[in-house]
Amino acid sequence: MTASVQAREVLSADDVRRALTRIAHEIVERNHGLEQVVVVGLQRGGVWVAEALAAILVGIDPAHPVPIGSLDVSFHRDDVGLRPIVPGHVTDIPVELDGRTVILCDDVLFTGRTVRAALEALNDYGRPRAVQLAVMVDRGHRELPIRPDFVGKNLPTSREEQVAATSDGVTIR
Amino acid sequence: MSPRHAKHLLSIDDLTADDIHHLLELTDHMVEINHRPIPKVPALRGKNVVSLFFEDSTRTRTSFDTAAKRLSADTMNFAVSSSSVNKGESLRDTIETISAMGVDAFVIRHKSSGVPGLITRWTDASIVNAGDGWHQHPTQALLDCYTIRTRLNRRDGFDGLRIAIVGDIKHSRVARSDVQAFAALGAHVTLVAPPTLLPPALHDWPVAVSHDLDSLLPDLDVLYLLRVQRERMDDALLPSMHEYSAMYGLTAARAARLAPHALVMHPGPMNRGVEIVVDPADLPGSAILDQVTNGVAVRMAVLFSLLGTGGDLRSETLS
Repeated sequence: MTASVQAREVLSADDVRRALTRIAHEIVERNHGLEQVVVVGLQRGGVWVAEALAAILVGIDPAHPVPIGSLDVSFHRDDVGLRPIVPGHVTDIPVELDGRTVILCDDVLFTGRTVRAALEALNDYGRPRAVQLAVMVDRGHRELPIRPDFVGKNLPTSREEQVAATSDGVTIR
Repeated sequence: MSPRHAKHLLSIDDLTADDIHHLLELTDHMVEINHRPIPKVPALRGKNVVSLFFEDSTRTRTSFDTAAKRLSADTMNFAVSSSSVNKGESLRDTIETISAMGVDAFVIRHKSSGVPGLITRWTDASIVNAGDGWHQHPTQALLDCYTIRTRLNRRDGFDGLRIAIVGDIKHSRVARSDVQAFAALGAHVTLVAPPTLLPPALHDWPVAVSHDLDSLLPDLDVLYLLRVQRERMDDALLPSMHEYSAMYGLTAARAARLAPHALVMHPGPMNRGVEIVVDPADLPGSAILDQVTNGVAVRMAVLFSLLGTGGDLRSETLS
């Protein structure tokens, strides 16, 4: 931890809101509407992203309210046994995923290992027609061949820096 | 807050109230896994869990086996009747031999109290006590706590709950474990039994004692019935099964005097007509099948917390 270093704001709360609004429109455009679309937030950091996107999406297309789910990937991680695992809230997938388009949502995309675990976990719930990845921040340093479909902000970082992304803004330190 | 990391589960006595709460919260996740269309996760892939049951058991062994498989562990069941134990191999040699094959956890049941604790000295594997003599059956107590917690909506603890444990307390490892766990979570526990079936020294147990079930019934939140073992009759501890049933059995008349929300629990296997005279299917408060279902999830939580949480290689953050 480098608690002595001051956190630097990269995006303000307004910037975050605008980025999410843009992503919401991109989701509608890419999927030709919202029929069959479901947003799933990765526990814990991705849950607010999923909720915020769903709230904006319902404004764009009130006829197709998008179901919101949340996914805890603790038991699918590839580092089980290497570090303490403290599961977040219990996974909640409110609809059948067969044939749906799942928008996986996370706050910060880093190594890609959480997303890999999420893709595997989703298999337990059915066979989505497609899975797309929406992240508030892509900070690079991928260790797996994983690429986001929707990005709020590309943010070059060093491995040692810490990035926090909430609805109040994005900071780096 | 990161939970305390333990290597073995030998006794409820080794757990704090926080430890119990943590295991019950982890169990919520396991219940969710068990409700998935494909109820299996890769969390314990590559771990080897060996069940060594030196005493008969169907449900506990099957429950642990199912739990380990749902976490993708490899499982091996050691049938003692067909093993070298019958050729005179000592317990220690048996453990050391199987350990040498590469074992991450032993699930042990033995008729003698303390055997699981003894085995921890002979192997590097984690030991889970699946019942030892009259001593402890910790996963039974945890699944009982989980069942009460979910059925009575008591996520934060059992403060003020009134629980009666009825039957052969003296010879019951379930009673010993349950008393400790229920009391740790704040419940008020009363033991109900004929004097011959109570342990001789109860002064350090956090319980009240009664010989009169009928006067307790209307105030109970949980009525926990223990199995009456028929061999106790031979020991002259009980005059007859019929008398036991008349004094302590759950009859229709007694069931009618329970509060509407009260749970009826039993660790199984049931002696119908002895400790339970009514058909449990006719009892709205019966939680007996919930106990069995929750047993798998609780044992998943126990195995995961012992083998999957990586307490030895700590790192500060999850990314």
